[in-house]
Amino acid sequence: MTQLTHQSPLLHMQDIQISFGGVPALRQARLSVAAGEVHALIGQNGAGKSTLIKILTGAYQRAGGTVQFDGREVDFRTPKAAREAGISTIYQEINLVPYRSVAENIFLGREPRRFGLVDWRTVHRRAQELLESFGLEVDVKSAVGRHSTAIQQMVALARAVSSEAKMVIMDESTSSLDEREVELLFSVVRRLRDDGRAVIFVSHRLDELYALCDRVTVMRDGQTVAESELATFDKLQLVTTMLGRTLAEAVKEESAVKEANLAKRGAQKISVSHLGAPPKVNDVTLEVHAGEAVGLAGLLGSGRTETMRLMFGADLPGTGAVTIDGKLTPLKSPQDAIARGLAYLSEDRKAEGIIPDLSVRDNLTLVCLRTLSKHGVVDVKQQQQLVERFIAALGIKLRTADQPIRELSGGNQQKVLLARWLATQPKLLLLDEPTRGIDVGAKADVAKIVRELRDAGLAVLLSASELEELTAIADRAVVIRDGRTVAQLDGGEMSEAAIMDAIAYGGSHPSALAEAAQSATLDGVVGEQFND
Amino acid sequence: MTDELIRNDAVAPAPVAAVTVKARRRIAIQREIVVLLAMLVFNLLFTQHFWSVQTFNVNLTQVVTIVIVGIGMTLVVATGGIDLSVGASMAISGAIAPMIFMHLAGPWGIALAFVVPVLAAALCGVFNGWLVTRLAVQPIVATLVLFIAGRGIAQVITDGSLQAFDMPAFQWIALGKVGGVPFQVLLMFVLVAVFAWIVRKTLFGQFLLVTGGNERAAYLCGIPTARVKMLAYILCAALAGLAGLISISVNSSSDANVVGLGVELDAIAAVAVGGTSLMGGKAYIGGTLIGALIIQLLRYTLLAHGIPDAAALVVKAAIIIAAVYVQRRQR
Repeated sequence: MTQLTHQSPLLHMQDIQISFGGVPALRQARLSVAAGEVHALIGQNGAGKSTLIKILTGAYQRAGGTVQFDGREVDFRTPKAAREAGISTIYQEINLVPYRSVAENIFLGREPRRFGLVDWRTVHRRAQELLESFGLEVDVKSAVGRHSTAIQQMVALARAVSSEAKMVIMDESTSSLDEREVELLFSVVRRLRDDGRAVIFVSHRLDELYALCDRVTVMRDGQTVAESELATFDKLQLVTTMLGRTLAEAVKEESAVKEANLAKRGAQKISVSHLGAPPKVNDVTLEVHAGEAVGLAGLLGSGRTETMRLMFGADLPGTGAVTIDGKLTPLKSPQDAIARGLAYLSEDRKAEGIIPDLSVRDNLTLVCLRTLSKHGVVDVKQQQQLVERFIAALGIKLRTADQPIRELSGGNQQKVLLARWLATQPKLLLLDEPTRGIDVGAKADVAKIVRELRDAGLAVLLSASELEELTAIADRAVVIRDGRTVAQLDGGEMSEAAIMDAIAYGGSHPSALAEAAQSATLDGVVGEQFND
Repeated sequence: MTDELIRNDAVAPAPVAAVTVKARRRIAIQREIVVLLAMLVFNLLFTQHFWSVQTFNVNLTQVVTIVIVGIGMTLVVATGGIDLSVGASMAISGAIAPMIFMHLAGPWGIALAFVVPVLAAALCGVFNGWLVTRLAVQPIVATLVLFIAGRGIAQVITDGSLQAFDMPAFQWIALGKVGGVPFQVLLMFVLVAVFAWIVRKTLFGQFLLVTGGNERAAYLCGIPTARVKMLAYILCAALAGLAGLISISVNSSSDANVVGLGVELDAIAAVAVGGTSLMGGKAYIGGTLIGALIIQLLRYTLLAHGIPDAAALVVKAAIIIAAVYVQRRQR
């Protein structure tokens, strides 16, 4: 960790803590940013970046820790308070008023006035000047919603600049921009920096971080795990720190078991070749056999979720072929896929999994309900028996099956959703981040269940951001990057190091970690990891 | 263990939970029942001549059309939608029926006068459902189309003229009595029971709640969400059509300008007061009945105590606000 060269930082957050529903989201998080620097804040989904920013901007109230801003101890109660203190935030979804003009948006809420009326001439002139200084030519009287995302970002930035903000936070601002637009945005950000303002830049695109940022703070699991000058922190080190790899000895012991398991796996259950649905999925080729658990590895935004959705018929592929049980089978809808014995556990439990207000029973039997019904009428007794059986078998902790599922813990919700699919007696399980956002005990349970299912002859394809978990559960791994399969690693070959190598260098560089780490010439290949 | 789960058929002995879904859903509308009972007690104590068969019949017949429309509205609201066109569907159905039984004598005329108007109303539901599921128009806007145009269609059908009639065989649906109880009231209770059962016990009922509760999840679970919504709109419109027949039978006349006027708001109010969340994912058919009864009884109570109908409207609004507020607090 490099020591700060700047004297007293503009922002200093120390020992920040916060919990949601008893689950700690941040423990001892730390963030220190100096005036005149662009600071990268990175971490996986759920690492706590957004939570930390929300605490800074007053959207959440911290449970512990101190925040110093501009030489004073501060405690922003509302986003407005933070804004007035000089912290301006530009979110991924830009918060502009789409039907108002560019100029109006820039000066919204602090329009220059004359005789008590808005001085439109000054508003337009100053907006024009500001945007021209960004090298941008737009009609400031036109509605902001008519312009591209990049221009909208610029307008948001212009608003921050004109409001004399001391600090600008850019949360995933570039994820929807093309290369040229990003370049334009960067030039503005650099100008802000040269003006002596601080910029916090949140992004998953590593290349961008290196192109733009001076220093970096890495978060993992609610903690700050590294702070450094970016120039002395190479890409592999960054990925490693972010993903929290500790080369587990256990994996080595397991690999013999994995090899043995792969040797006795059954027939091919599904294979996809050259699957594509740009821009997220470009060329994915993989196969899953009965009786094996295949790990789908890749960073955020690499196309894991999108690949699984294509395989499940939830989205339709533009190119490529899906073969199930040796037969070419284009899937048109999830219904189609379910009928062919597929099951898909979404990574987004809240938005795409649970029906929050319905009971555990209704949630669990959602997909298999047809088989529990005669002439459209549900056989309640049979339903009850099935539910009781799965609750016991998966060790789901609850008061009663009639409890709304939203009252359960994340881990137990996840087990209910797993049970929902197991009740359909599937042949192929697509599990997207089955261990995400659940506690360690539940993670172990889920891993155990997956192993048992595999041993029972099911084909399993699963993804996990935590490589340690992926390598522990899966027999072999398929690595994708930018929506392309870049490596297939069988049992013995599969290790966190090898996966990370493939993620960082696209599988074309199968050398040892150390060599890769030193290879400066290969910089710039860890590309395009953005949040979706 | 999971191995066994996969291969086993669904019949293995297991303890059955003590609390059933039914009990839980009853609890959910308990509050509304308490309010209704309190109002009954108040009237028994303070309103003269309240305890009579006639009073009960009057109050119940007043809510029949609202409840029948409200049942369908509950289904649509459960999917996260709303149907503003129910009044227009009533008018269309009410306009068609007299044209049939006045021109076609005999039992066939009567039978067709029931079937055809309801089917015509159901067609309105198909149109609504098509706008919502295929064109992805917001329900409130989609159903606004027929809310505006439907009554016009009814007027075109009747040439804008009022159709007066005297057809006891047809009007029996509203005026007939079974054991002293108006048939329309019995019909209302039967429909409430049937649809409450459908929501609780059938696949469609489950799919309805799931579609409204989390549509994305429902889609990924292979639930035909578009078909479910379509069916909800069709049932809603068909029930409105039936209510239209009752409405014209009560009045012995059909005026496309008047039949079902404002019923959409009464029905939505009954649904909201009955505890069904307007956000979707819940459907308390029994609650809608109770909600309608609460609103009606309140109006009756105010009238019986000399407070004018206009003022009663304000109180009705206050009740709706109170109901929605209580629901919001629960979230």
